[in-house]
Amino acid sequence: MPDVQSTVVEFVNKLRKRKIEGSQATAKCTVELLRSVISHQRVPHANQAAALIDAVKAVGEQLVAANPVELAVGNVVRRVLHIIREEDLSLTTAAMGGLDLLDASDDDDVDNCKGIGYPAMSAAVVAAAARSTLRPPSLQTLLEGTPESATVPYTSSSGADSESKSKSADKSSLTRKLKHDVIEGVNQLIHEIAGCHEQIAEQAIEHIHQNEVILTLGSSRTVLEFMCAAKEKKRSFRVFVAEGAPRYQGHLLAKELVARGLQTTVITDSAVFAMISRVNMVIIGAHAVMANGGVIGPVGVNMAALAAQKHAVPFVVLAGSHKLCPLYPHNPEVLLNELRSPSELLDFGEFSDCLDFGAGSGSIQVVNPTFDYVPPNLVSLFITDTGGHNPSYMYRLIADYYSADDLVM
Amino acid sequence: MGAQKKPAVARVRDDSEDLTRQRLQAIVLADSFTTQFRPITLERPKVLLPLVNIPMIDYTLAWLESAGIEDIFVFCCVHSSQVIDYLEKSEWYSRSNPNLLVRTIVSPKSTSVGDALRYIYEQQTETSQIQGDFVLVSGDTVSNMPLADLIQEHRDRKKKDEKAIMTMVIKKQSRLGLGSDQLFIAVDPLTKQLVRYEEGNARIGDVCLDKSLLDSTVLLCNDMQDCYIDICSPEVLSLFEDNFDYQHLRRHFVNGLLVDDIMGYKIFTHEIQSSFYATRIENLRSYDMVSKNIIQRWTYPFVPDINFSGKCSLMLGRQGIYRASDAVQSRSADIGASTVIGYGTRIGNGGKIFNSVIGNGCSIGSNVVIQGSYIWNNVTIEDGCEIRNAIVCDGVKIRAGAVLQPGVVLSFNVVVGRDFVVPTYSKVSLLQQPTTEDSDEEMEYAGSSSGTADLLSGVHNLQIESKASELGPDGTGYIWEVCDSAHDEEWKHSVVPIPMDKLADITRAMDDDDIEDESVVPPAGELKSDTDSINTDANDDYGYFEREVEETFLMAIIKDDVDHVIRLINSRRFAYNMASADCAGAVFYSMMRLAVNTPHNSASELYRNATTIITKWKGLLGFYLKQIDEQIEVIMKFEEMCEESEELGPLFAQIVHFLYDKDVVQEGAILRWGEEKAGADECDKVYLNQCEAFIQWLKEASEEEEEEEDS
Repeated sequence: MPDVQSTVVEFVNKLRKRKIEGSQATAKCTVELLRSVISHQRVPHANQAAALIDAVKAVGEQLVAANPVELAVGNVVRRVLHIIREEDLSLTTAAMGGLDLLDASDDDDVDNCKGIGYPAMSAAVVAAAARSTLRPPSLQTLLEGTPESATVPYTSSSGADSESKSKSADKSSLTRKLKHDVIEGVNQLIHEIAGCHEQIAEQAIEHIHQNEVILTLGSSRTVLEFMCAAKEKKRSFRVFVAEGAPRYQGHLLAKELVARGLQTTVITDSAVFAMISRVNMVIIGAHAVMANGGVIGPVGVNMAALAAQKHAVPFVVLAGSHKLCPLYPHNPEVLLNELRSPSELLDFGEFSDCLDFGAGSGSIQVVNPTFDYVPPNLVSLFITDTGGHNPSYMYRLIADYYSADDLVM
Repeated sequence: MGAQKKPAVARVRDDSEDLTRQRLQAIVLADSFTTQFRPITLERPKVLLPLVNIPMIDYTLAWLESAGIEDIFVFCCVHSSQVIDYLEKSEWYSRSNPNLLVRTIVSPKSTSVGDALRYIYEQQTETSQIQGDFVLVSGDTVSNMPLADLIQEHRDRKKKDEKAIMTMVIKKQSRLGLGSDQLFIAVDPLTKQLVRYEEGNARIGDVCLDKSLLDSTVLLCNDMQDCYIDICSPEVLSLFEDNFDYQHLRRHFVNGLLVDDIMGYKIFTHEIQSSFYATRIENLRSYDMVSKNIIQRWTYPFVPDINFSGKCSLMLGRQGIYRASDAVQSRSADIGASTVIGYGTRIGNGGKIFNSVIGNGCSIGSNVVIQGSYIWNNVTIEDGCEIRNAIVCDGVKIRAGAVLQPGVVLSFNVVVGRDFVVPTYSKVSLLQQPTTEDSDEEMEYAGSSSGTADLLSGVHNLQIESKASELGPDGTGYIWEVCDSAHDEEWKHSVVPIPMDKLADITRAMDDDDIEDESVVPPAGELKSDTDSINTDANDDYGYFEREVEETFLMAIIKDDVDHVIRLINSRRFAYNMASADCAGAVFYSMMRLAVNTPHNSASELYRNATTIITKWKGLLGFYLKQIDEQIEVIMKFEEMCEESEELGPLFAQIVHFLYDKDVVQEGAILRWGEEKAGADECDKVYLNQCEAFIQWLKEASEEEEEEEDS
């Protein structure tokens, strides 16, 4: 346990000092850390899911507080919580199903004791209920017309359930099973985060066509893989890379693209509007995708999106599912932004004279935001590892990935 | 995870490299050994003073930690108990970070960096704490530069050259901003070896360089700032031990190594990239500057909205306003740009606050104006106060209507009376100013802790007996007197932005430096008094210079080595910014003095003394007397001397003739001198008349020569 604690502290430190860059790396570290938290967490007999949830939440809160701007941390924590809830529910329903089948004869008897759960329902109904909780309301489930009671939050029942079944013989195996299943689920998440580039890149061929001109801004590994995948499928196209001042990560991207044999042109950020008329599609990697379909990306992205809109160029955003954030952006320019050191813009030595020289001559104020917010109406398409989506569909994806209880941590 | 990896990597390497793989260590001096922050530092150590609401030492420790330092030794002297208390409560001690170990070393007796390092060295022999190269910084350093590469660079260099024992970090920056003295450094541009380090008055625009240095290329910089971040090898500690009189790290140690050439040890410099920040807080002015830089985020990621030290972080709003979530502010209060407001602070109606830092738990009344000030924690400011460019420490009460004029420093728990106006640049404390002011800067905190205790007990009495304070009828505290010498410098070190007229002075002074002729009179006006003082300075300087040259000369006679004397005198010459003619004058002066001081009975004996000395040292004179102007200077100097000394007077003509004979002075010089003097008053002509015959002879001789040439 102290072992886990120290790794948590270490990770929190790294987040605080902004030592980890990139949302994928952060997400990976977070999920691995949470896995070890779960595997080290001792689970009580009663109410094991709640114990796990509490443990993950406690660590998650620390992590989020350490760097509130890196939304991937919060996303992953919520995903893990969601996995725990899901596994708990499926176990409970499975066990319940078994019980129900046994107790099917004395239906009326159990019907009276409401505290025990939903044994009154038939196994089919229970299964439907389970499915409906797992999958948020969709058109199909609405049409199926499951009883209202089935969608009642199960949390209230889970405690009662486990109590009611405390006598059952396979209890201990159940406890072990939950943790095992959860870790299995988290492993799947790790796998998913690690493989999101390939998943997204697989779709490249459908979006990039022969002899097209693609504009991108800043550097994103997802974008790199995406383009390379298209290139591997013998598509020939040109890439314009806006350099992404002041960090000039576009330069790095351009270097990598050239190394992989793509025709690459580097342009300044300020030339984006001039070039956009020749561009067929703008593809950028997101830092985070908000619940309303807005995008937080490298600074300068909003300008590129506006230019693209002006010339009716499709603006495509690539985002792994760990970047989907269930929050709505309020005041994103300030609250979800990080102001970095002005030294990326100005040379401190040369400008130290006019930074603060007295009341008479004013001093230079430098603002160096890391991120830009692109409102959803400027985005044409999101490509995630599950396929292409409209901005207005984002909230639905989010409902798939997160449970409503965890939105506010 | 990283912790487990690192030793593993080390083990993989072969054993020979095991020696080089040491834990990265740093010594943090939690004491600046200066008095710049008095009177505040009488009650609290400088490193615990809040810098944008976070104690300075947290910046240093956070930086060292993020730079990958694994062992940090915090060296405490004065107020050591406070520092240790703080550290024990802070996250640095308690945190379970396996990669960082913070330890304290206490030595209340140390009064300088030298003492501190000697103490560490002594301790070290017992426990061997410092295993290899270490980073030496002071606890008031704010930086975000990476160190790992720098340490590696130092180690590599050390491996190649055993004598490279120290790497100094320097940075390009205007010196005005920090209020520190001008720094001249000379660096070998290829190897980055430091060859000269001179901290001095801005007015002296010259550095003294050893002649031998000029054989190779040397880069002279005066726009560099010393960051006081040093990577040291263990030899540094032993050097301090060996040279027990070293006190100051730069003035004694660095200059000692460079000038005296101890065992051929070398110091190298490293200029940090402009994208990184590194500064030490030396005085109130740099406190102000660094605070502003932090607010403007130059020190990222060590900025108030990032929780780097385990304290609660603030929220950053637009225009660089950092605000605690629970700060209460009246709607009518106007909070301007670049302001920080701490936790639990309440701000009343109609206030105007800008460019300021307000600490935690302060309560600020209505219609208060706060500008460019630093208000620390739990300060009460009543209605209608006006505070400009001041530092207000913890627990201060400022009663309604009081005004703090620019540059005021209010130490802990001072009370400023109703409607009282605290005059500009005054420093106010509950403690009385120590009467025996130590002139020596190194002897900081006079009487160290015991003295402070006495003073503190005095506070108690003060509150009981005398209510008629210097701060109005209902105030408490003493206004410290500023010693005269420091008064002129006050503007330079205070938190007040440099006044425009001073700024103009400085820039003008810089321009003047470019003009060779010192006698150029600047436009009349406020500068006049300044230039007067320069002139008198120059005269004084010459006097000192003359005396020093004489001493060197007398000393050198014993050694009997002309080159050596020339080198020594040259170094004096550069130090005092003297022309070659001045040197010649001074050298000749000292020769004549020697002659006069040698026991003699008659004038002829004196003459004989003088001639032997001149003969013996004419090489030395010749070195300085290459130009006719310089020779004239010598003759005039001699004339002056003769006026003063009756003995020499009658010998004037003879000695001049002798100088001519020995080719020390050429005939042209003598003739020019004669011409110049011809127009002088009769009383000045005594010596000219004495030489009349000689000059006449010279003239005829030269005419004859010309005639010969003509024919």
